[in-house]
This record gives sequence, structure tokens and C-alpha cells, in this order.
Amino acid sequence: MAYRVVHYINQFYGGKGGEEVADFKPSLEQGPVGPGSELQKLFGDEARVTGTIICGDGYYAEHIEKARAECLKIVEELKPDLFIAGPAFNAGRYGVACGDICAAVVERLGIPSVTGMFPENPGVELYSKQIFIVKTADSAMGMREALTSMARLGLKLLKREPLGSAFEEGYIHRGIRKNFFKEKRGSLRAIDMLLQKIAGQEFRTEYEMPVFKKIPPAPPIKDLKHATIALVTSGGIVPRGNPDRLRVSSAESYAKYDISGLDDLTPENFESIHGGYDRMWANVDPDVVVPLDVMRELEREGVFNKLHPYLYTTTGTGTSVANAERFGREIGHELKEAGVDGVILTST
Amino acid sequence: MRLELHKVKVRDVRWGDATKVEGGVLYVDKTSALEEVKDDAFAKVDLELARPGESTRIIPVKDCIEPRVKLSGGNGKEYFPGFCSPMQRAGSGATLVLDGAAVVTCGSIVAFQEGFIDMSGEGARYTHFSKTNNVVLVVEPVEGLDKHKYEAALRIAGLKLATYLARACKDSKADEVATFEKGSTAEESAKYPDLPKILYVCMSIAQGLLHDTYVYGEDIKLSFPFLLHPNEVLDGAVVSGNCVSACDKNTTYHHVNNPVVCDLYERHGKDLNFLGVAISPESTVLAGKVRNALMSAAIGVELGADGVVITEEGYGNPDTDLCLTAKYFEEADIKTVVISDEAAGTDGKSQSLADATPEMNAFVSTGNVNEMIVVPPMEKIIGEAEAIALLSGGSAESLREDGSMYVELQSVIGSTVEIGYGNVGCEWV
Repeated sequence: MAYRVVHYINQFYGGKGGEEVADFKPSLEQGPVGPGSELQKLFGDEARVTGTIICGDGYYAEHIEKARAECLKIVEELKPDLFIAGPAFNAGRYGVACGDICAAVVERLGIPSVTGMFPENPGVELYSKQIFIVKTADSAMGMREALTSMARLGLKLLKREPLGSAFEEGYIHRGIRKNFFKEKRGSLRAIDMLLQKIAGQEFRTEYEMPVFKKIPPAPPIKDLKHATIALVTSGGIVPRGNPDRLRVSSAESYAKYDISGLDDLTPENFESIHGGYDRMWANVDPDVVVPLDVMRELEREGVFNKLHPYLYTTTGTGTSVANAERFGREIGHELKEAGVDGVILTST
Repeated sequence: MRLELHKVKVRDVRWGDATKVEGGVLYVDKTSALEEVKDDAFAKVDLELARPGESTRIIPVKDCIEPRVKLSGGNGKEYFPGFCSPMQRAGSGATLVLDGAAVVTCGSIVAFQEGFIDMSGEGARYTHFSKTNNVVLVVEPVEGLDKHKYEAALRIAGLKLATYLARACKDSKADEVATFEKGSTAEESAKYPDLPKILYVCMSIAQGLLHDTYVYGEDIKLSFPFLLHPNEVLDGAVVSGNCVSACDKNTTYHHVNNPVVCDLYERHGKDLNFLGVAISPESTVLAGKVRNALMSAAIGVELGADGVVITEEGYGNPDTDLCLTAKYFEEADIKTVVISDEAAGTDGKSQSLADATPEMNAFVSTGNVNEMIVVPPMEKIIGEAEAIALLSGGSAESLREDGSMYVELQSVIGSTVEIGYGNVGCEWV
């Protein structure tokens, strides 16, 4: 039995007309329409385009909630195994409609979906993390290529075949890094890439450089004598026995400990569980990572007013930047709320 | 400089009355072998065998070493100059290699960031050492032994055992002889004036006790980047003394089989001219990182390099060494490719590096160290199953009741090694 496919296209590709009928309401036509005929050819006997939803780009954009609900209702009734939208190429409203309806079909109905867009289509930025968007040319000149990739990917999803990388499958990646066993080992891939680069040939890096956020430092504390200072560390210093089971590496959490009753960190009360440095000395004297002893002295001398009663701690090794960013934001927020004026961050 | 590796193929390992290779089987005389590794630092020393395909887990593993010994060249004695042999320049003459065998060091003290090896199952796919016939050295240190002394004792015991095994098989006939021959950079450049001149920068962790690399017996922490003939690397000049995350430390086995060196050699005189290997220490401080990156690039400039392959060891702060090195080479108009792993989080959604630079536009990935894998229970455990809780990439919850483990890839030794030994690599999905 062939798989059932429902195809979504706009008023133009549905043969209803151009901008003058952009408010065309979602309607169902049996079988393939427009680009759907080519799609059907590509599917061959494996899948059948049972219905085509045609909707005006203006209508979807202006009544997004309503249009989505109307289209979903049609899809639900047709019970397809696969949903395909577009391709939208570089058409902005069409792209957003394709992305939105695919995301809804996946999320609400659990039906695999594929659309296609030019990478600069605004629909890409909005929906590429949620759905499979095949990379297309910027205009209908690339129709055949786009449909070929979409049909191929769609069939793989239908059959639950393991997918290769986004590059291999031809879709715009969803922002996820995944391990694969490659044909050549790393050293050979590097030498090939280097010779291509030297020869001025095109080469494909396996990871494009990320852009880091620049965080401006806070202005200096004007009145240290009246300031509250907190201690925060990524050095993995925790109460002995690691009560919150902070991980030795790749931390996905941080912990907060009351140090208001302590003057000194000793091997009896605290330890380092950090998996990324020689923690022998930190375990002889945890103050070398979290300088509580010195902070207490300075507090008594009145160099600053008060040490914040809580120590925040995590393990900074193999910790993903996304987690580290979240820890920073949350800890910063709590410290701000608690009226802390300055923080000493110790890393290892 | 000409080096012959006389490879005796090892397809199995068994206990025997005398240590020898016969019909592809490495027989190990346990008593003599244990005698070789005696040390006052150990309260208990034992040997175990682990073969490919067995339901065996070795944990926690510190280093893997290929059994080798000099047959001729230099003073023709022992191996690992500065450790097990008197000082001599490595890289010439003949070396006997027990190809297919490995010494694996395994100790009961954890917190050295060691990893594990599964000889079968999912975990075995990610490490070369599931494919080697392993002689596992399991030691327990004397009570109260300083960890650094313990690390040194275990490191040296592993080297001694590897040398002993090969020495005992000195009379075995090699199944294959691999020859590595290359003249000075001046001679080779005269021979191949039209081929691009390629340098290899092997960044090596040099960050304090337990995070060190040794060259000719010396800790390179206070060293500058320096140039080695590729043969020196392939012949035991470089020894691992570090215990960074298991996945991306270059074990001693990896150094003598460095795939970048082997693959550049393979193409030397064909489509490139391999200049040599610069070992660059990864410092703990920024000034050290800048200095060593600048000095590595300077070696490239002085040799007239057209391109460079740069490999990282470890992740996190060494990402900065990697970025700086790539940047200074590119600024000197020398094209760069880097090999590195990624820490993209368990969901793969985080950015992968702790530092970035636009010059690093040719990147070869050896995988996301954080990706989760499930490894099945093993019938036999060499070492301590519970050690996983304290290894990088493991946690208290990793070991399940049935003996299976849910762990990050980084706890498997050599799984993402950044000299490009394996085939794993990350891609976007």
C-alpha cells in the first residue's frame, strides 16, 4: 500500500492567480495540483499525493491562527503519513506559511513534514529549529531540484530510515550537532581540506565558527566599604560528599551553599570534585579555589561590608556554553535580587 | 633519516610459560612480566588479558602503549628514550612492533580523569583499543602514596611492560616492514620544489602534574614549541603523561601511530612536501598560549611552510591555544586546517568551542564529546565498575543496576582523539 501524502501550496502554484487573490481561503483539491504533479512522479508507486491544500499567502499571513486551524482540520481528516509544503523559495509570506503549517502538523498531529526554502527566506529563521526545511534556490527555476530533495527526505522520514547529516540530506540544519562515523578518518579529511585550501579550491569546513556574545563588564564598585561581595566558582568546590551530586564534568547544574557560619574551607567541610584539573591541592585546602578565609579577614578589617551568605558553585569543564550561559544568567539574577554589589568569580 | 617498523602481527593474547609470539598469538609469561614492573609505589600489581569481542570492560584506564623495542639504530636498546632506554635520538634504524597488541594501564585511584574500554558492544565502536589484544596492568598503590608519585610510577610501569613484551619477542619474524624515510627539510624541498610545504603542529597538554606530555623523558611544561623529524614521533620520542578527559588525550599508543604524521608521510613527494612536526605545549596561562602560538607560527615561517595541520589535545582552555595558533599562521599567510573535537552539550545544541576566531575557517571535527551513549553490561570487569561516577563524562547515575551504563562519549578512551585517529565526526542535523 502506498503512503498517503498531503501537499500544501499557495494560490499562485495552485493556479488560482497572483497577488489579486492572495486572500484565497484554504481549500482542498483531490490529488496533486501544480508542483504536486512532479512530486507524485518522484514518489512513483511508493507514495500517493491524496490531496492538495491551496491557501492564499495573504490569508495565512493576516489570519495566522485561523488559517493554521483550518488547514490542520483538513490535514487531520485526510490522515496522511507525510505532509509536504511548498517549496516556497524566497517568497517571504509563503515561506512563513509553509513553516508554520509544517510545525503545527508535526507538533499537533505527529505527522512528519517537509518544506523547502531559500536559506534567506524569513521562514527559515522562524522554523528551521523545529522542522525539516530543504535548501532550495531563490526562485522556481530550482523547482525540480527542490522537489527531488523534498521527496527523497520525505520518503526517508516515512520509512523511518536513519538520516545522514543536514548537508548530506540537503536540508537546513536544526542547530543540532550529531556524531557520525565518516568514511575517512580525521587526519585524512584534514589533509584533503588543507590541500584544497592551498590550491584555492572550494572546501567545506565541518564546523563554522560560532559568534560569541560580548558581555560588557559592570562598572567598578564606587564604595567598597559598604559593598556586599559574593563568591562564585566554576572550580567544583562542594560540601564534602557532594550532596547535590554536581557532575565532575559537563555540568548541567550549579549549586548554592550557605557559608554564613564558616570562616574557612577545610578538607573536613569542603572538597573539589572537578574533573578537569589536578585537584590535589584544592583538596588539601579548598580556600585556594574559593578564598573564604581571606574574604573573612577582609570583611573583619572592613575592606568591604559583608560577604554574601551563599556560595554558588559549578564544574567548568566540558560544560556546554549554553548551560554556562544559563547558570550565569540565573546566578546573576539571584545575586542582583539579594542586593549583592560585586562578585569574585574563580575559575580553575 | 630512515626508520623501519618491523611489525609482528598479533591476533590473540594468552598466558604462556615464556613471552613470545607464535602463529599470531602473543604468549605472556606473567611471572616475568610482573617482575619487570615491580615498584615500591605499588602495594599490589596484577596483569589481566582482554581480547577483541570479549564481554570485558576495563575501567579506569590511564594510558595505552604499543609494545615496541629497538632492534638497531641509536644504541639499539630498549625503547622510549629518557624513560626505558638510555638517551638517544629516536627515529632511525629498526624497531620491532607488536602490531595488534597494547599495554593498558589501569589503577584503582580515580580522579585522574581516566576512561574506560569495552571490548565489545556499542562502546567498542568508538575506541581503537577494543580492537587490540590488551595486556592490562592493574595496580594498587601503597597507602598514602602521593598521587603524583603514583601517576609517575604507573606511567613508567606501563612503558616498561610494553618494552618488556617487545624485547621478549625480538627474534620474531616481522610480518610486514614499514619504512619511513625522509631527508632534511632543505634536501626534500630541493627534491620537490613544486609541492606545497606542509608543517604539522601537534599541540600537547602541558598543564601541571597529571596533565603533562613528555618528550625524550622530559616534561614539556616549561618548553617552547620545537621541531621534530616525523620519524622521532613515530619512534617513541613522545610519551603521554596526562589524564585529561579520556576521549581526547593522545595516548602514548596514539603518538607512535600519529595518523597525521603517517598520512602526511604517505603523501610526501606525491602531492605535498612534509616538513616535520612541531610539538607545541598547551600552557595554563594566556601569555603562554600566545607565546607558544606565535613561536609555532614562527617555525612555519622559518621553514617556508605553505600550509599547516594543527591538532588540539583536550578541550576548553586549549581551544584558545588552537584559535591563536590558527590565527598567527594565517596572519603569516600559511594556510591552516585544525582538527578538534566539540563540546556541544548532551543535546548537541550548544556552540561547540570555548573560543573562536574567524581565521579558523577549515575545521575537521572528531565528534561531540558530550553526546550520550548506552553501553551494555559486560560479563567481566577489569578494575572497578563504580569508577564511572568520577570519570569525566560519567556521573553517579551512569552505572545502572544491570551493569549497563548511560554515559557521555568522552568517558570512552580515545573516542574523539584530536589527531584524527578515528572516523567519528560531528555534523549539523
